[in-house]
Amino acid sequence: MSTELAEETRLDSHVRAPWRGARLWLLSWPAMLLSCALISALSMIGLGVGILLVPPILIAMRGLLDVYRDWIGQWTGQRIERPYLPGPEFEPGLNGHVKRCMALLSDPASWRDLMWVFADPVVSVFTALLPAFLVLYGVWGLLLGGFAGDLITSYGGNVWYGWIHVTKGYGADTGTRVETVLLGVAFIALGHLTGPKLLAVYGRWGRLLLGPTERSRLALRVQHLTETRTDAVDTSAAELRRIERDLHDGAQARLVAMGMSLGAIEHLLDRDPEKARLLLAQTRESSAKALHELRDLVRGIHPPVLADRGLGDAVRALALDHPLRPEVQVDLSGRPDAPVESAAYFAVSEILTNAAKHSGADRVWIDMRHDAGMLRITVTDDGRGGATLGGGTGLRGIERRIGTFDGVLALTSPPGGQTIVTLELPCALSSPKISHS
Amino acid sequence: MRVVLAEDLALLREGLVSLLESHGFEIAAAVDNGPSLLKALLDHRPDVAVVDVRLPPSFTDEGLQAALEARRQVPGLPVLVLSQYVEQLYARELLADGSGGIGYLLKDRVFDATQFVDAIRRVAAGGTAMDPEVISRLLASNTRDEPFGRLTPRELEVLELMAQGRSNAAIAQALVVTERAVTKHTANIFLKLGLAVAGDDNRRVLAVLAYLNH
Repeated sequence: MSTELAEETRLDSHVRAPWRGARLWLLSWPAMLLSCALISALSMIGLGVGILLVPPILIAMRGLLDVYRDWIGQWTGQRIERPYLPGPEFEPGLNGHVKRCMALLSDPASWRDLMWVFADPVVSVFTALLPAFLVLYGVWGLLLGGFAGDLITSYGGNVWYGWIHVTKGYGADTGTRVETVLLGVAFIALGHLTGPKLLAVYGRWGRLLLGPTERSRLALRVQHLTETRTDAVDTSAAELRRIERDLHDGAQARLVAMGMSLGAIEHLLDRDPEKARLLLAQTRESSAKALHELRDLVRGIHPPVLADRGLGDAVRALALDHPLRPEVQVDLSGRPDAPVESAAYFAVSEILTNAAKHSGADRVWIDMRHDAGMLRITVTDDGRGGATLGGGTGLRGIERRIGTFDGVLALTSPPGGQTIVTLELPCALSSPKISHS
Repeated sequence: MRVVLAEDLALLREGLVSLLESHGFEIAAAVDNGPSLLKALLDHRPDVAVVDVRLPPSFTDEGLQAALEARRQVPGLPVLVLSQYVEQLYARELLADGSGGIGYLLKDRVFDATQFVDAIRRVAAGGTAMDPEVISRLLASNTRDEPFGRLTPRELEVLELMAQGRSNAAIAQALVVTERAVTKHTANIFLKLGLAVAGDDNRRVLAVLAYLNH
């Protein structure tokens, strides 16, 4: 979205703005049709039919206004979020229809949508469409000066172009014709010059009505927080269960076995020292295995390099142990908070595991940087692409876990192309620890 | 042989002290934190240091940092690092200066006193003692790469044992082959890794370094 804006030169944006404005204005036509349909449907609510008709129309309208939001975001850089409150689960039957209709009608955003479709046809003519109109009027001037003026006057007609009266004798009057062309060029230039500005004005107008209000922003935030909190609680509960099971089946069982062996050794010590020696060797082996298992367990909870050195070196260490030997680029001036650091580490670890398992890649690149309060991690592989968020890749799970920290995950994976997984986690970096050496 | 020891757990520290003393080492200093370790290393200049990675006050890789810093000031100071975990990253950092005299072992290797003391002696003599776990994790992730892809499985096994710091005789014993066969394998390894004919000991360290650092 913003990348398109960034790649565009100023010249490009001036050239394109009038036509973008025109496209936005054209959108107001289907919007007006929908608004008429909505008014008719609303008037039939009393008859009952309206209850069935209103929701699909409102939803279609939301879809259309999403196009506005999208285009305005792309062309003016004004990001407009969807303002709609989360609706109730749809229940079948008449009751469900009534509920859905009421929920949609009680959402203030629906009424703001309606206000938009009524007001926009007027507003867009004076903002978004204006540059395109100026350009077209300029082109008309060129045509008049070129041949159309001559044509019209020769049939006895006459028109005004700005202050120039195109009338009898116009074809022979080179001075006036040049003046017409120059005026036309001026109009075209004016259209292109004012294009981006007027589009920006239109963008602000869009934000005013299409964007969320403080209330809906809060409602959306509460919904997001509730969801991510549930996920966080579920994840940590599952994690605790796994640790408990690992301890129970692993180290704990081995310690019990060792205790029993030691008891047996105590008995055997005098009677059968040879057997006791054998048992001692086994017991030592058991203790080594128990240590090994505990070590693996701790590594899974909090990897030592992460604790010692932070995210950069921890991911480097991860890369060293990975069969694909990823190349790691780190640009972090400090350390994020421990929970964020840990979430980011395990996310990268899981993405790498995925890459090794599914992508068929030969090379992997990891890039980590922090700017503008955002930790950004990109993992790119040259595998066969075609990865999806679902389909057992575990990406959905990563998305959920970093969601707890308001992190987002983006996936680009065209079939046959590179797979790029991008993580963004808002966080501050603490200043680097002073080396003790 | 004079030893500086750094370990923050009093029980383990005393255990190590008595273990080393009973094997004829002289304990120059036994410390329990990073800053005093660095000071002890620079003051005493021991024949070998036995260092726990995680030390107070920060309980991060303080021991490792102190050991690395001491080696920057006293090149080639033999250091055996002990840790609850072995990390390739740390192994590389320890070996990076290429001057040998480095050991990196899991703490539970202390259980086997004879092998542990052997490892300390090897490190003190300028050799290497890498934990089998470091080596096996390296093997798991590295064998696709050149030039290690060209080594035969047997040669990789030999290199693995060499990296642990074993002599040809010990390698022969471990693989149940003759020492002559091991000599042949090591010569092949040196050839394939492009290590020039020089003192055998030095080449062994270089082979391990190449192995860890390529």
